Amino acid sequence: MTETVLEATGLGKRYRRRWALRDCSLAVPAGRVVALVGPNGAGKTTLLHLAAGLLAPTAGTVRVLGSPAGHERGRVAFLAQDKPLYETFTVADMLRFGRRMNPVWDDGFARARLAGLDIPLDHRTGRLSGGQQAQVALTVALAKRPDLLLLDEPMANLDPLARHEVMRDLMAVVADTGLTVLLSSHVVSDLENTCDWLVVVNRGRVQVSGDIEDLLGAHHLLSGPAELAGAVASRLAVVEDDRTDRQATLLVRATDGLPALDPRWHVRPVALEELVLSYLRQPESAALPRLVMAGAAPTDPVPFP
Amino acid sequence: MIDFRLDKGSGVATYLQLVHQVKQALRLGVLHAGDRLPTAKDVVAKLAINPNTVLKAYRELEREGLVTARPGLGTFVERSLGTASLVDHARLRRELGRVVREGRAAGLDDEDLRALFTSVLTDSFREETA
Repeated sequence: MTETVLEATGLGKRYRRRWALRDCSLAVPAGRVVALVGPNGAGKTTLLHLAAGLLAPTAGTVRVLGSPAGHERGRVAFLAQDKPLYETFTVADMLRFGRRMNPVWDDGFARARLAGLDIPLDHRTGRLSGGQQAQVALTVALAKRPDLLLLDEPMANLDPLARHEVMRDLMAVVADTGLTVLLSSHVVSDLENTCDWLVVVNRGRVQVSGDIEDLLGAHHLLSGPAELAGAVASRLAVVEDDRTDRQATLLVRATDGLPALDPRWHVRPVALEELVLSYLRQPESAALPRLVMAGAAPTDPVPFP
Repeated sequence: MIDFRLDKGSGVATYLQLVHQVKQALRLGVLHAGDRLPTAKDVVAKLAINPNTVLKAYRELEREGLVTARPGLGTFVERSLGTASLVDHARLRRELGRVVREGRAAGLDDEDLRALFTSVLTDSFREETA
């Protein structure tokens, strides 16, 4: 399970004069369910398109399953955010199309899954509900039996019940096959409990990449008297510093455990959403394991190059 | 068969919620030695959570000697948690009663006592999971 499924090194994509993604380096181990989060326009879709081999990088490299992106021979499935189905095709046409286009195709799985969801094969996909369309698209992607599944905003336009059903089925496939999933969303609460790896993209940069449990374990929220904040900042990486003249609230990263602090600090763990929001509000902060591995002191805030 | 539920607002890690629910079922006699726990896929297909979370909960239960994983067959309950606890319950209840009376004597009201108990519980939980 230590195999790296997705590896980007110095990856960048420029559209005319604007960098949509820049200096992106990350490595995702096999079997993970990766949450790719960030504001709209942060570079999530660009990163997914680069990983799917649909875009060529302007700078750096991206390798998928050991090959340059786009050369991994049908082992990657990509589900685009907008209109992933042909609206005039019936559901059965979509399955025939999938079988024709893909070297590996599990038709039995696809038919059984659609039958289980009560989705009629003879309906045109354009006439199905949003939730059913998402399920057909996901079925087509899964019937390729990919090793890596890339999903761009799979939950957008789905009602809460359909969201639960999509995630439930996706998790069951992960349990069954060890599939690696990379899915983007700007709604963090959708991803809690389902994802175990977090990638935060902000303004075209990768800000955070790591195991979610490790990240939650390494971050703490301290609140206490403002005059003590300087001493903490000199010892720990402060992601976010929120201060009034009397009180300070600090989100700190302590990769090697929290050292003994002045007892006047109140310490509590952080939730995933708080962690993500803190980083997004502080684009200069970053938590990237590669920098720690490269020998940078883990207690220093890591500025972007 | 145990039926897992998640309390999303509790702030308790999901795998620990699963661990607690298995232990609770063992204490209440819902699960017995020899029973098979649901597979990761079964749990995941109901709760829509990451399969690694289920595996982590089962590993924790195995580490505590409560279940055993048999490759290809499933995860089985090794022993129950019921028998000694009734005696322990009575004893702990007496001790807690004593603490509550001392607290009252020291001027704490019900709300103070509840806050104190919750805070001690939280601290000990942190120590256990640290």
